[in-house]
Amino acid sequence: MANDISVGKAAPGCKKVDPILVADNVTRQFGGLTAVNVDHLEIPRGMITALIGPNGAGKTTLFNLLTGFDKPTTGSWNFEGKDLAGVPSYKVARLGMVRTFQLTKALSMLTVMENMRLGAQNQPGEGFFAALIRPLWSSFEAKITTRAEDLLKRFKLDAKQDDFAAALSGGQRKLLEMARALMSEPKLVMLDEPMAGVNPALTQSLLEHIKDLKKNGTTVLFVEHDMHMVRHISDWVVVMAEGKIVAEGPPAIVMKDQAVIDAYLGAHADTDLGTVAIKVVKEKK
Amino acid sequence: MDWSLVIGNAAAELISPTTAAYALAAVGLAVHFGYTGLLNFGQAAFMAIGAYGFAVSVLYFGLPFWGAVLASLLASVVFALILGIPTLRLRSDYLAIVTIASAEILRYIVSTTSLASVTGGAGGLSAFAGEFYAMNPFAEGTYLFWPFDVTAKDLWVRVVGWSIVALATLLVFALMRSPWGRVVKGIREDEDAVRSLGKNVYSYKMQSLVFGGALGTLAGIIFILPRSVQPGNYGTGLTFFIWTVMLLGGAATILGPVVGSMVFWVLLSLTDGLLQGLVNQGVITFLTTDQIGPVRFILIGLGLMALVVFRPQGIFGNKKELQFNG
Repeated sequence: MANDISVGKAAPGCKKVDPILVADNVTRQFGGLTAVNVDHLEIPRGMITALIGPNGAGKTTLFNLLTGFDKPTTGSWNFEGKDLAGVPSYKVARLGMVRTFQLTKALSMLTVMENMRLGAQNQPGEGFFAALIRPLWSSFEAKITTRAEDLLKRFKLDAKQDDFAAALSGGQRKLLEMARALMSEPKLVMLDEPMAGVNPALTQSLLEHIKDLKKNGTTVLFVEHDMHMVRHISDWVVVMAEGKIVAEGPPAIVMKDQAVIDAYLGAHADTDLGTVAIKVVKEKK
Repeated sequence: MDWSLVIGNAAAELISPTTAAYALAAVGLAVHFGYTGLLNFGQAAFMAIGAYGFAVSVLYFGLPFWGAVLASLLASVVFALILGIPTLRLRSDYLAIVTIASAEILRYIVSTTSLASVTGGAGGLSAFAGEFYAMNPFAEGTYLFWPFDVTAKDLWVRVVGWSIVALATLLVFALMRSPWGRVVKGIREDEDAVRSLGKNVYSYKMQSLVFGGALGTLAGIIFILPRSVQPGNYGTGLTFFIWTVMLLGGAATILGPVVGSMVFWVLLSLTDGLLQGLVNQGVITFLTTDQIGPVRFILIGLGLMALVVFRPQGIFGNKKELQFNG
């Protein structure tokens, strides 16, 4: 099937017209278990790519490897042509590839605003000696505070900006983590289950934020189990199972792929779970 | 019982150089634990480096006062690097084990007989502060008022000690409201999150270890200026007293360690005076005067337990901002 994103037919490991991230032969073994075994993967620039797959498929491990939070057994990958294998995680973030975590890591005993300011890059006051001389960093601080206020408004957290992050609900922490990641103006944001624990009303606005990111030229890669989100906002879907990439393509096509349905979505992917349960009960009778 | 003596002695502890030294060491520990989340159980080692670094530089290498201060600070930086390079990449519990062990190693090294010509062995070192007291600008005589009345020599060491405490406190205050302080506080909360935001966590932890350690080293110098260097002083007990002082005031607070040190020493002196008086007057018959010393520390221990249970954030701490999260 032809499309605008891949070169030629969409297939696991296919080449992209304009990739931002290219990974080759990335494997990670935990003892005898191969958690990740990716031959070739390209993430298209300026697009929203969803990474889906059953629990234990290796999605988060792949995230950890690509962002330097874990070391691969083998493999190499590059971001905008820059080799990233062996680069420590903080340098990966500085290059413009910022991630969030599946288990939210809000810095609880810092205020929401301090959390946001921490996300900014190149604050000179983060140097030990410069920190002691306020004029060296106060104007930059004012600038990032304005940016943080804008972002918090977009994420509806502006009323909470002086509260400790510990005082936020689980869903609000997810939002804060995402907003904080955006403080660095990343080129690629990698969101690990951004929707987990977020209520339906917020989900809608979160989807809008992600679409806005794309509008502003940011590439998005996210792991998600919420199929509505995957269907609605992603331009490209990568399916992992047992550490391997088993399918790739535009959402409408991938989600009709029989292998994907069997491995992950299940036969009742499009049915309301309530009706499935009723049907099952009836069949038993 | 002579109440004025008991209370006078206790009040005099408020400004004693030992109180200043403990306060400064606790400020350093607050940088490590309270702000950065580093579990340093070897603050006694940094104090020992201050004490021995200074005394050995003066007595063995014949360095002048400032040279000896610089040499101790340099030694403390080297020690922090040796400690930090292998351990700061690991989880914080490992730092706790390594620091407690290295403090003990250091104490055994300075008390070995084969090094007695340098470190004085088990006997320690004395008569190294001559140049410091020669710099005393105060003329002979008695200064201040009861219960703080002191000789010119005592006044000099108190002025210097507390000035350093004040400077260190200001420095920590400035750092902790700066973006640098924000990064280390972030590391205390979750270092992976801070790493994901592009900060070199390892380097920040090292800076914090070196800085807090240097404060501990200065504290070690203040501690020995009015006394001799005794290797027995630098056991794990000292580390735990510094922890007590810090937790008493509040781990992530600016003035907490200073007030904690004052409370700690006033209470020790007060319980000592009271128990002595009560035993001498035959009110308490189940203790001898020799047993009073240890009993004071039992009481302090009970006090600390009560503090942890009823006011875990310390005297000044904001309960919302920091409880004991190691």
